[in-house]
Amino acid sequence: MAVSVKNLDSREFFFGHKACAGCGGSLAVRIALKVLGARAVAVLPAGCMSAVGFNFPQLAFSNNALITPFAATASVMTGIEAGLRRRGEIAHVVGFAGDGGTADIGLQALSGAIDRGDNLIYICYDNEAYMNTGIQKSGLTPFGARTTTTPITGSVRRKKDMLAIVAANGAEYAASASVGYLDDYVTKIEKAAAKPGFKYIHVIAPCPTGWGIKTNETIEIAREAVDVGLWRLREYENGQWLENCAPSRPEDLVKHLTRQGRFSALDTDKLEETKNV
Amino acid sequence: MRSFISGNDAVAAAVRLAAPEVISAYPITPQTTVIERLAEYVESGGLDAEYIHVESEHSAMSAAMGASLAGVRTFTATSSQGLLYMAELLPYAAGGRFPIVMMNANRSLALPWNIYGDQRDSLSQLDCGWIQAYAENAQEALDMTLMAYYIAENERVRVPFMVNLDGFHLTHTYEVVEIPSQKQADEFLPRFETENKIDFDRPKNFGFSAGPDWNAQFHREHHEAMLRSTQVIAEAEDKFARIFGRKYSGALDAYRCDDAEYILVTLGCVSGICRQVTDALREEGVRAGVLRIRYMRPFALDEIRAILAPARASAVLEKDISFGNAGTVFTNVGAAAMNVIGGLGGADISREHVRSIFVRLKNGENGVIWL
Repeated sequence: MAVSVKNLDSREFFFGHKACAGCGGSLAVRIALKVLGARAVAVLPAGCMSAVGFNFPQLAFSNNALITPFAATASVMTGIEAGLRRRGEIAHVVGFAGDGGTADIGLQALSGAIDRGDNLIYICYDNEAYMNTGIQKSGLTPFGARTTTTPITGSVRRKKDMLAIVAANGAEYAASASVGYLDDYVTKIEKAAAKPGFKYIHVIAPCPTGWGIKTNETIEIAREAVDVGLWRLREYENGQWLENCAPSRPEDLVKHLTRQGRFSALDTDKLEETKNV
Repeated sequence: MRSFISGNDAVAAAVRLAAPEVISAYPITPQTTVIERLAEYVESGGLDAEYIHVESEHSAMSAAMGASLAGVRTFTATSSQGLLYMAELLPYAAGGRFPIVMMNANRSLALPWNIYGDQRDSLSQLDCGWIQAYAENAQEALDMTLMAYYIAENERVRVPFMVNLDGFHLTHTYEVVEIPSQKQADEFLPRFETENKIDFDRPKNFGFSAGPDWNAQFHREHHEAMLRSTQVIAEAEDKFARIFGRKYSGALDAYRCDDAEYILVTLGCVSGICRQVTDALREEGVRAGVLRIRYMRPFALDEIRAILAPARASAVLEKDISFGNAGTVFTNVGAAAMNVIGGLGGADISREHVRSIFVRLKNGENGVIWL
């Protein structure tokens, strides 16, 4: 039977951590491990989830898990997968890296692992800035978003298209997802787990602290990003792209942006420009 | 079996005998022939291992850590800029207590660019928590690499091990080397067993944070393991001698030091000509000696000082300079009068140079001197 939010594993593999209230990233990790189960090895670079999950002696993963150096998520995963294969262990080696750990400092190691076709599941939980260090701009910070290093004008560049980058490197499977649509996210993780080779899932994961939203708005904002067409749910499989759904209410784009504190630098003209980027 | 091979070939031969299950490799001169030989062994079926073509040295060490965490024996090799590119990973691998064995071909650091041998690369990484050993010849490079696995993987140590070979002077010089049989190697080297690995029956969290309350405890345990490794090195060398008939002397290799008035402290393959000059000087009535350091970490400070103390004067000859101070070996030794900086960027160190060092020592000179 396919896994859905209704029949998810009731066990918890990531709990007792100290993530902020309303954290989208911790939800992405928690749900993914429920799909992958006890034989998943969780590999996390420096970043929010490692900072909140591994404070000795308070260790928050009930499966095998580790922190890697910031740039080394994919390459440590490669070594673990090779070693476990030598031991004859059947396991899922799954990475959880943030947007900076994926699109910036970890991009080279990620490219290497895709190039080798290593049998890994790499999940980028994208909260669109370096949140752990205090909301600095990353390569996945969207146009117009204020961060502590784009404090006045907001980011003047658009997000890197990680899905296209990963596909161009030769991944077996790549998909975008949202913590606002968990059924879709869960289905994609299950799909990735069933495939050999390198699989990549990019899940948008709002950060109330960094986005200037209320802690009870995470899910709503994550859904809305998809509904207004700002975050498209897509899959890359067998060399083909598939759009999972069309935006259901593109007319609400400006409303979606203006309810987030981080976009307060956008005036009416800039908000119009956002529709084009 | 006796073979005429290079220092790099000798390391590759030792690695084949140790049979790591995962090898991660990224090429850099003058390390390349090590990973080329290993690729040949793996592709031809002579070595049953996963050979990971990583895209950088950073990933070479990362993948080695991952494989070690999975509980298997690993190998990687690097040099110079590559060692520095993986520098972030060196304390990480050591702090995680992953007993990785790595060969480093000692090479100069840019700028200015230079592919030839000096020891500024590894000496800049003395504090990263690895055992650091320096071979003098190809036979010792082979033997040291085999022993590296024994020492690093021993449960009383569990610290990664860096085997250093002088770039080109040792890595690319051909010598007659005795290559042990697989049977002998298996008799010497136990299987790698560790609790510090991924375990699905008893899951663990690794590579965690430790705040001020706990931090020092982890580092102290690491330090004590390094100190204990001295004993394990001695055990490894005893067992090695029983099986292979070649006996090594731990952290130090003292030559004619017992009654020496003037002692030259060395590191690596320059030691050979220093001994030749010592012999010549002895015939002329000068009581010279050579103290070769084999292990920079753990460091045999007390033994070094005990050997140097009776001498009138001693000098450290090294292919390193810590800019604004002196050579790193000299400052570690702390008991020599003179520090001779030579061989940087592959510059030749001749017998005449070595003779001149002893002359200057006899003349009472001291301080930092450039050859």
